[in-house]
Amino acid sequence: MSVDAATVKKIASLARIAITDEEVAKIAPELDNIMGWIEQLGEVDTSGIAPMTAVIPNHLRLRDDVVDADPLTAGGKRAAVLANAPQAEHGFFTVPKVIE
Amino acid sequence: MADITDLGVAAIRDGVRAGTFSATDVAEAFNAQVAKAKTLNTFLVETPEHALAAAKATDDARAKGDELKPLAGVPIGMKDLFCTKGVASTAASHILEGFKPEYGSTVSQNLWDAGAGMLGKLNMDQFAMGSSNETSYFGNVISPWRRRDGGNAPLAPGGSSGGSSAAIAARLCPAATGTDTGGSIRQPAAFTGISGIKPTYGRCSRWGVVAFSSSLDQAGPMARDVRDCAIMLEAMAGFDAKDATSLQLDVPRWEAGLNASLAGKRIGIPKEYRVDNMPAEIEALWQQGIQWVKDAGAEVVEVSLPHTKYALPAYYIIAPAEASSNLARYDGVRYGLRDLPEGANLQDMYAATRAEGFGAEVKRRILIGTYVLSAGFYDAYFTQASKVRALIARDFDEAWKSCDLLLTPTAPSAAFALGEKSADPIAMYLNDVFTVPSSLAGLPAMSVPGGLDKDGLPLGLQVIGKALDEQGVLNACLAIEERAGFTARPEVWW
Repeated sequence: MSVDAATVKKIASLARIAITDEEVAKIAPELDNIMGWIEQLGEVDTSGIAPMTAVIPNHLRLRDDVVDADPLTAGGKRAAVLANAPQAEHGFFTVPKVIE
Repeated sequence: MADITDLGVAAIRDGVRAGTFSATDVAEAFNAQVAKAKTLNTFLVETPEHALAAAKATDDARAKGDELKPLAGVPIGMKDLFCTKGVASTAASHILEGFKPEYGSTVSQNLWDAGAGMLGKLNMDQFAMGSSNETSYFGNVISPWRRRDGGNAPLAPGGSSGGSSAAIAARLCPAATGTDTGGSIRQPAAFTGISGIKPTYGRCSRWGVVAFSSSLDQAGPMARDVRDCAIMLEAMAGFDAKDATSLQLDVPRWEAGLNASLAGKRIGIPKEYRVDNMPAEIEALWQQGIQWVKDAGAEVVEVSLPHTKYALPAYYIIAPAEASSNLARYDGVRYGLRDLPEGANLQDMYAATRAEGFGAEVKRRILIGTYVLSAGFYDAYFTQASKVRALIARDFDEAWKSCDLLLTPTAPSAAFALGEKSADPIAMYLNDVFTVPSSLAGLPAMSVPGGLDKDGLPLGLQVIGKALDEQGVLNACLAIEERAGFTARPEVWW
């Protein structure tokens, strides 16, 4: 499997990163090289091995089923939530028009 | 009295308690050092007022006769990956430029609660992706060390916690926070002649730390010696309900438990860590380290970690995959940069913002991650890497049947010159060959300085322990530290 220009354009689009043809020409061989090096993982016999999903065996905790369990995220934080927005109006995040 | 900035965490803490100097004296001395060292580009933001406020609180508490907190009077550097309330937190990226969090990370809050003050936010590889500090949007960090070869080539301080390592080595702060995903605490510690420990995954909360690879990221301290790391780690670690992977365990009293005798301990030497083209000096240091741990009473045994060579390629699937997912949140809507070209729709805005805001290495890793997770490739890459990861963890479990700790070099070379490896991503990735396997297995691991190479640059030894055995790791490193007698420091040229 080799990573070609069309593949790079496709994954850049999936990753929502605008990319120029010039950048594609530079990145495609780099990714091809890296993925070629990664291919060696195929040598490892992993039949019967379960993929590791957690490093340290740990039970996922559930938070208390109460309103406003965490004061940090309990609401009433509109100003703090919007404080870093590049553009906010009328108490909302603002984005370019998506519906005509 | 020696210059206050020559003192480490324990000496400062004890001196403030004894009244030898005030916390304000300490903060002023370090603030002045930081202000003089801009050439090194270690600090992205300086916060002298934060350090002074914490110092004043300590001095007031002492005047009133109140009990002093564990880190009272100690000013530290904070890696820019940690969100700090009201202080710019960018992860050294353009896309987060201007972001001033409305909250602070649990680790930074724990440190303030312990009485520490902040000297500033430390430069790093952008989003913690890099091994040389050449990927920061705000320019390279320059190591305070220089080769003894007469040349003045600026050297890499290691990465990604390179601002932290350089600032400590240059005596700009007694200690700093770091984060380690594949070696980002240990490799820069080795490159700059300081100590740093990555604790067991889950010991330190990831809440409020800009995420790179969530199943690997772990915060830890960097400082000039083992004791100072133990003190810092005690303050940083602890259960946090806000991080679902946080371990619900009490924090051991690691400083009180320090003991440099290794009697009764078996130390494993993994034969697969003898890599091709490893400099003779690294091999010699490793042999020296083996002698040191024997001298401290340990029995040394050879062990095998057969899947070692697959750790790096597995890492370069898992970490970018998780990064591509974590970094999806940077889209120009909620915080940081927004690039809205004329007439652009929402999708165009995302793509333009992300193209503008991410550096080349970050884009490279997002693209690798997106590729390995994309339809048709997920099983071949991500699932296979997760299975190999399980085998790597199993290798360690097997090794623990015949030893208690592992001793290896930290990095395959001394610090290299800035620019020397940046054109070859794989050469750069290979720098983490000794640190990545223990990260994949979530184990505690520490780098401690062992000696200098022929050019007068520091080399580090790494000790890896069983899950939750930070004490064993700290103690073995203490035994090495006592025998190595490493006192070298960079000459001030900045």
